[in-house]
Amino acid sequence: MTADPALSVIRRGIILTVLALIGVAVVMVMALQFTPVEANQGLAQKIFYVHVPTAAVALWIAVPATGIASILYLWLHDPRLDRFAAASAEVAVVFCLVVLTTGPIWGKPIWGTWWTWDGRLTLTLFLFFLLLGYHALRGSVRDPLERGRFSAVLGIMGMALVPFIHLSVYLWRGLHPQPVVLKPSAPSLPWEMLRTLLAGFGVFILLYVGFVTLRYGLQLAQDRKEEADAA
Amino acid sequence: MAEPPLLEARGLTRSYGAVRALRGVDLTLAPGDVLLVLGPNGAGKSTLLRTLAGLLRPQAGTVAVRGRTLSGDDPDARRPIGLLSHQSLLYDELSLLENLVLAGRLYDVPEPEHHARAALAAQGLSDRAGDRPRQLSRGMLQRAAIARALLHQPALLLLDEPFTGLDAVAGDRLRALLTTLHEPSRAMVIVTHHAGEAWDIATRVGVLVSGRWALQAPRPDDLRAFHLTYQELARA
Amino acid sequence: MRRAIRLALVLAAKDLRVEFRTRTSLLSAAVFAALVLIVFNFARDPTAVATIDLAPSVLWVTVAFASVVAMNRAFTTERENAAFDGLLLAPVSREVLYLGKYLANLVFVLLVEAITLPLFVLFFNVGLGHALPGLLLTMLLATAGFVAVGTVFSAMVVKTRFAELMLPVLLLPFMVPPLIYAVRVSTPLFQGRPLSEVVAGLRFLALYDVAFITLSVLLFSAVVDE
Repeated sequence: MTADPALSVIRRGIILTVLALIGVAVVMVMALQFTPVEANQGLAQKIFYVHVPTAAVALWIAVPATGIASILYLWLHDPRLDRFAAASAEVAVVFCLVVLTTGPIWGKPIWGTWWTWDGRLTLTLFLFFLLLGYHALRGSVRDPLERGRFSAVLGIMGMALVPFIHLSVYLWRGLHPQPVVLKPSAPSLPWEMLRTLLAGFGVFILLYVGFVTLRYGLQLAQDRKEEADAA
Repeated sequence: MAEPPLLEARGLTRSYGAVRALRGVDLTLAPGDVLLVLGPNGAGKSTLLRTLAGLLRPQAGTVAVRGRTLSGDDPDARRPIGLLSHQSLLYDELSLLENLVLAGRLYDVPEPEHHARAALAAQGLSDRAGDRPRQLSRGMLQRAAIARALLHQPALLLLDEPFTGLDAVAGDRLRALLTTLHEPSRAMVIVTHHAGEAWDIATRVGVLVSGRWALQAPRPDDLRAFHLTYQELARA
Repeated sequence: MRRAIRLALVLAAKDLRVEFRTRTSLLSAAVFAALVLIVFNFARDPTAVATIDLAPSVLWVTVAFASVVAMNRAFTTERENAAFDGLLLAPVSREVLYLGKYLANLVFVLLVEAITLPLFVLFFNVGLGHALPGLLLTMLLATAGFVAVGTVFSAMVVKTRFAELMLPVLLLPFMVPPLIYAVRVSTPLFQGRPLSEVVAGLRFLALYDVAFITLSVLLFSAVVDE
């Protein structure tokens, strides 16, 4: 008997996830021990090394990946694309949750309030609800083909919605710090901080890949089991 | 150039959930063919019929009617198809006449109201034209559904267990109707549980077991002998 | 092309005829809107917040909830006797089927809004004056977009468990941009400002409409073709 492909995917996912979690720990040590304390914000600024990378991965990698996989799924009808879209959306939920928790923790000492209807926080919040709706829909359709088509439709619509939400929530502008890395002029961050932030980007991208691989493998195992049961 | 067959299905494959309902079904029908499809419960008979009607997309394989592949991009390919399913396809809030006029418009039938009345009259439902579907008995509802299915004079008629739930009189009436519908220009697929119900008009029989043809052949003469064959196939 | 438009109208007329025959959904959506307005009226403190500041939000939140109630029923009649199979079987493209459904839904939701608006004027004692044409335009532009999305989603949710709950969960995030802009546009209108001041907002609403009507037309077949 050949090795179960689902198991090898799961194994790969576990390895990547463990590596990424070690990386996260390293970044935290870097942030706390080897990065200077920001002058104005003090220690609270340290949360930025988790908050910014998770937000960027959720918004710029996980959500677009789900949307693109959804488009491809409707075109090619390949179940792997559906599994990947679902896995990526699920990891996006986790990352959004991290963003939505770390944001207020940072906001309380700096802005003096836990929650504010700041443009970016609001956008993340809507994204979070959109993703929860995506999973609620998946959970309520039994037939895998129908589930794939429906969630792909929602995935595409959702991706198209993001810029519109972005435009409307920015009406309020808000208190959010402006981008410090990707802006036309040179980055306004001292090298030690930038180094830690870039390391943060690296490990959170790795964590995303690890989680998605793991989730994909688990779904694959479940699909194969259902198929075996039916046969 | 040879004319394409009225119906040509190649390698139809389709699963429902994790269940594989069809696993590579081929079917070719010429005008005048009447195919009786038998098979145990869950053999894929209804799935096959819905796929032939274009209501289900096969995961692999194609269905072509008069050489035109059924797909979302070519709505006209569906035009020759008539389907009589378990359900009447009629709106409960519309009268029979309104239901049929709507169907007539969708199929570009000229003078839809005139044809709708004629179709109802042909089924003995003239005095029921203003009634709602739910006011009808099972037998009458079946006739209304037939009137709807035949309104555009389909060349390919698909019937899903048409005798189920009919009493003896209604069953005889339906048999007589199917006999008149058996024209040289029309092909029919009749899914049924009892071969005897439509044995006389059938020209071919097919036995579907676990999503594959266990048998597809011209209709034998002896129904009783076929019955024994069928039971053996269904058990296997 | 002419056949497509004619068939879309035939389908929309069918839906509206079915709707007016039952009347229950139109009536319940209107009653629902009235109730939301009444609840709002008791929830506000007239001494603390001026009506004119609150009015646009109240109007649009009411419209949003009533629209979800109204759209939930869009595909339920199609389920009876598998009537929708009859439409899918016909030589009619999915785009035309969608447009028929969309037009019927649009008329239906606009009717609910037409009932809501006078009730709102009555309960909140807001003078519309010459803000009315601008407000109607805003309503049409805001409604056209989210009804397009709602039509696709209601075709999906009828096939899911907990359909009535699923539609608001899926649709409300999509209603947020048009509603935010509708509120932004109607606030100056209520204050008697000219339409020319809110052109940017109206343009945003139109952009949303174009984007989501196009997407919905394209994606509808993926929902209904099994």
